[in-house]
Amino acid sequence: MVHPLLFLQFLRGILTPLLFPEAVKAGGEALLNAYKSVDTITYTWLVMVLLIVVSVLATKGIKSMPGGMQNFMEVVVGGIENMIRDTMGEHGKRFFPLIATLALFILVSNLLSLIPGFFPPTASVNTNAALAVIVFLTTHVVGFQAHGFKYLKHFLGPIIWLAPLMFFIEVIGHFSRIISLTLRLFGNIGGHEIMIMIFFALVPFFVPLLMTVLGLLVCFIQAFVFMLLTMIYIQGSLEESH
Amino acid sequence: MEFFSACVIAAGFGMGIAAFGTGIGQGLAVKGAVDGIARNPSASGKILTSMMIGLAMIESLAIYALVVALIILFANPFKVEVLKALEHVVK
Repeated sequence: MVHPLLFLQFLRGILTPLLFPEAVKAGGEALLNAYKSVDTITYTWLVMVLLIVVSVLATKGIKSMPGGMQNFMEVVVGGIENMIRDTMGEHGKRFFPLIATLALFILVSNLLSLIPGFFPPTASVNTNAALAVIVFLTTHVVGFQAHGFKYLKHFLGPIIWLAPLMFFIEVIGHFSRIISLTLRLFGNIGGHEIMIMIFFALVPFFVPLLMTVLGLLVCFIQAFVFMLLTMIYIQGSLEESH
Repeated sequence: MEFFSACVIAAGFGMGIAAFGTGIGQGLAVKGAVDGIARNPSASGKILTSMMIGLAMIESLAIYALVVALIILFANPFKVEVLKALEHVVK
C-alpha cells in the first residue's frame, strides 16, 4: 500500500530512476513497490537528520547547569542508561551506544507515524528486519567474545544425551528471534498506519484522533519492548551456560 | 472468485480467533497486575512496567495473526497463479 500523500514525495522523482531503473521501465505494480521503498529510504534519512540535529544542538556548548535542549537530552539518555543498568547490571554499559541508538531510532520513527503526511520507516518490513539482524548478530558475536568456543554449550541444553535434539531446537529458536522482533514492530506500526487510513476513509472526524492516542502509547511501548528484548538477548548470551 | 472470498473469510476468522485468545491472555495479565497493585500500591510503578512488557509480548501473538491476514489480503502469494487459472477457465 502506497501512501496517498507524503511531504518528501518530491524525492520520488529523483531517487526512483537512480535506485530502481527497471521498475520505472516496467511501471504498474513494480513502480508502486519502488515508490514505497524510496519513501522508506527518504524517511529513514529524515529520522537520521532529526536525531543528528537534535544531538548537535544538545551537545553544542555543554554547561554544568543544563538548560533547554541539553536538559531534555540528558533526561532521555539518563533514562535509557538507568534502564540498561536495571536490566543488565554494570557490564551493560559497554552496549549502551547500540541499545540507545536502536531505542532512539525506533522511537523517533514510530512517532513520525502520528504526523499526517509522514511515513514511519518502521512500518516497512525491511527496516525492521535490518534492525533485528543487527541485534541477532550482536548477541552471537558478544557470546563468542565472552565465552570463546564454550559458547556452543548454550545451544546444547542441560542434559548431554538430549544435546542433538536441543541443538536444532535452540537454533530454530534463535532464528525465530529475528522473525518475532521484525514482525512485532512491523505489525504494530504498519497495522496502526492501515487502521488510521481505514478510519480516515470511514469517519474523517474525531474517531481517528482516538486511534492516534492509542497509537502514541503503542509507539513508546514498542520502542521500549525492542530495546528490552535486545538487552535480554545480549544478557542471555553473556551468561554462563548451565 | 471463490478463491478471493475464501481468502477474505479466512483473514477475518483468523483475526477473530487470534483476538479471542489474546483477549483472554491480556485479561489475565491485567487481573494479576491490578491484584498486585491493590495489595501493595507502593509497587505500582514496577508492576506497571512489567505488565506493559507482558502485554506487548502477548499482543505480538495477535500481531502475527494480523500480519498473516494482511499477507492474505494484500500480498497473496498465489494471486498471480489463480488469476492465470481463472483466465484459462473463462476462455
